[in-house]
Amino acid sequence: MSRLPITKTPKPYAGGAFIRSESGRTFPLRDASGAFFANIPQCTRKDLRNAVEAAAKAGPGWARRTAYNRGQILYRLGEMLEGRRQEMADTLVRFGDEAAAAAHEVDTCIDRLVYYAGWADKYEQVLGNVNPVASPHFNFTVTEPMGVIGVIAPDAPSLLGLISLVAPIIVSGNTVVAHVSEKSAYPAILFGEMLATSDLPGGVVNLLSGLRKELVPTFATHTHLRGLSAVANADERKAIRLGAAESVKRVHFADASTAGWFEDSAQSLYRIRDFLEFKTTWHPIGA
Amino acid sequence: MPSLAAKKSTRTPARSGRPAPELIFGDLWEFDPAPETADPKLKSRYDLFIDGQFVAPKSGRYFDTINPANERKLAEIALAGRDDVDAAYQAAQRAFDTTWGRMPGRERAKYIFRIARLLQDRAREFAVAETLDGGKPIKESRDFDVPMTAAHFFYHAGWADKLEYVAPGHRVAPLGVVGQVIPWNFPLLMLAWKIAPALAMGNTVVLKPAETTSITALKLAEILQDAELPPGVVNFVSGAGETGAAVMSHPTPVKIAFTGSTEVGKIIMRSLAGTEKKMTMELGGKAANVVFDDAPIDQAVEGIVNGIFFNQGHVCCAGSRLLVHEPIADLVLAKLKNRLKVLRVGDPMDKNTDIGAINSKPQLQKIQELVESGVKDGAEMFQPACRLPSKGYYFRPTIFSGVTMSHRIAREEIFGPVLSMLTFRTVDEAIEKANNTAYGLSAGVWTDKGSRILKMSTELKAGVVWANTYNKFDPTSPFGGYKESGFGREGGRQGLLDYAKLI
Repeated sequence: MSRLPITKTPKPYAGGAFIRSESGRTFPLRDASGAFFANIPQCTRKDLRNAVEAAAKAGPGWARRTAYNRGQILYRLGEMLEGRRQEMADTLVRFGDEAAAAAHEVDTCIDRLVYYAGWADKYEQVLGNVNPVASPHFNFTVTEPMGVIGVIAPDAPSLLGLISLVAPIIVSGNTVVAHVSEKSAYPAILFGEMLATSDLPGGVVNLLSGLRKELVPTFATHTHLRGLSAVANADERKAIRLGAAESVKRVHFADASTAGWFEDSAQSLYRIRDFLEFKTTWHPIGA
Repeated sequence: MPSLAAKKSTRTPARSGRPAPELIFGDLWEFDPAPETADPKLKSRYDLFIDGQFVAPKSGRYFDTINPANERKLAEIALAGRDDVDAAYQAAQRAFDTTWGRMPGRERAKYIFRIARLLQDRAREFAVAETLDGGKPIKESRDFDVPMTAAHFFYHAGWADKLEYVAPGHRVAPLGVVGQVIPWNFPLLMLAWKIAPALAMGNTVVLKPAETTSITALKLAEILQDAELPPGVVNFVSGAGETGAAVMSHPTPVKIAFTGSTEVGKIIMRSLAGTEKKMTMELGGKAANVVFDDAPIDQAVEGIVNGIFFNQGHVCCAGSRLLVHEPIADLVLAKLKNRLKVLRVGDPMDKNTDIGAINSKPQLQKIQELVESGVKDGAEMFQPACRLPSKGYYFRPTIFSGVTMSHRIAREEIFGPVLSMLTFRTVDEAIEKANNTAYGLSAGVWTDKGSRILKMSTELKAGVVWANTYNKFDPTSPFGGYKESGFGREGGRQGLLDYAKLI
């Protein structure tokens, strides 16, 4: 008699732990063949608020890490994904990707993490500067992370989209609360296991599974989210902008097509810049 | 944090808490009037500036602009309606498509250099006009507003043919037509902050000056004509809130740049929801000016005074919350009171005036209302017994001590010559109090200790940090806020990029 394998209970990684929704709700996820795969936690506004709290708590410590250290941790995240490359590719296949496409997506994810890991101790040198003011002052402009940033990830490519949005935000010391694809939540949940083993401090990246229509409005209005990086349709964009106005939140929408996420142009210094604040300091020069 | 004051033996007696020596002027030495007499060359009526021409508003309506120093009418200003705004946008689009958007950067640069030079030529005339229309002391419009405006044009002019250096890794292109709305506190300077980077990048502009301070924008239009700037590149539509709404809601602009209150900024952000328009928001502030016990006290006191009383406190980055280290709080307050007693409040056209007229009656009423709330909340108010002119809008420089974080005067932007003083004991408490606000435009820190300056500069959540100085500005220096003080920067390389598209 063949052995019956045990199945994994999918739990998203948030606040440095693998969580169920506080509501106890789940929604069933089916694989590409239509077979039942697992019950996915249907996270609520309360889960989002908890995640924001965890992200806010983790933020100052993460931002104070040296740029070199943040770079190494992002690189290690790439190492974790490389180490479980086949498992992740198989997962993508199970949810409908062709084998070659799945492998290409995982490889691109790894390369993207390595790309941003390398920026950690360089973007400041490119974006900041000393300003030659016309008075006896030393004046310099540096960048700082904004704080807690919300991410609303696309359905396709669900993993590459998520990683392409999250990596440029956290590399500068921001922390993230991300809504992962509703249709294809499991690859992100699996990715959470890699976040947990990559030396990334708990709370820096918080993933929430659940229904878009329930969570997007709270992402829009939560005042402790200083910015939003989202893939959203026209109605969602309007709702996000309206909510963002209440706390003057920075909003960036990503426009890439599914194929576009695979392009080199989907990774850029300017995605890091989108979630930086520029701070200019003046000091007199003299005795 | 150990008190440095306790360790040093070289402190002046005043540091130990004894009252600081006081210079008593009283009425002994009355200043003679020193009026600025240059001719502002005002017209009795100002039309809209659209497509390179001064044109009457289609409605035929005009409104009065008055001198807040004496409530006398200065001129009539055209009231732009929706039709006029539409004509302005059509002109701007035409200019973008046919001239300005296609012109080589080196040619654009020379037009912008011309603007800077022509303004320098007429600097005194513009300073007088600025002071008459806005109420600010002539010494400020003469020594700060106008020269800084010219400097902004000069700085940005030079960028126009060097744009490949703005965004490493990318080429940049102009966005197109930009709609801009500016406030009344620095009419010319805000105009330059908006127009100069937009033009350098190759955009064209429709700008609405503030209702109470339109004159210098429309005078600048004369300079644009003299500079032979192609028609439609810059268009001025004057008016109040309705005109502003028309500028913001028009379908043509691809970007909206706004400087003003956070309240109005949020309304604009909501109104633009559902569009793909880019935005820059430079909104309100409630800056903390943090003074440690090892600070050079006399310089700090000058900095505090400049931080809050510059331009009657009509400054979004004004150091309106003074956070003083407890061991020196009494000393600083005593010195501030002495300093306030010798500030000269009155006729903005007098070259000796330190604090001029409040810009408008509604603003005066808002200041009065918030000051009353401070008294009611239990803070202790000090105002010097200076004489105020009988006509015009004036407000005595005011210091509140014993303020707590919950008081309205510690939380709301007053936008007037009113300082709220709080105290702190530790560095952490100073940081916590300084950051405990929805705003994040600017901050000040006063200390002799270099490492503490860098720590404070890192921890203070504000776009501009002045260390051992305050209220300094420069075209090369990016300015703009964190949090609800807005987003985007003005000035420097960073500000320029906010008017560009990456390609």
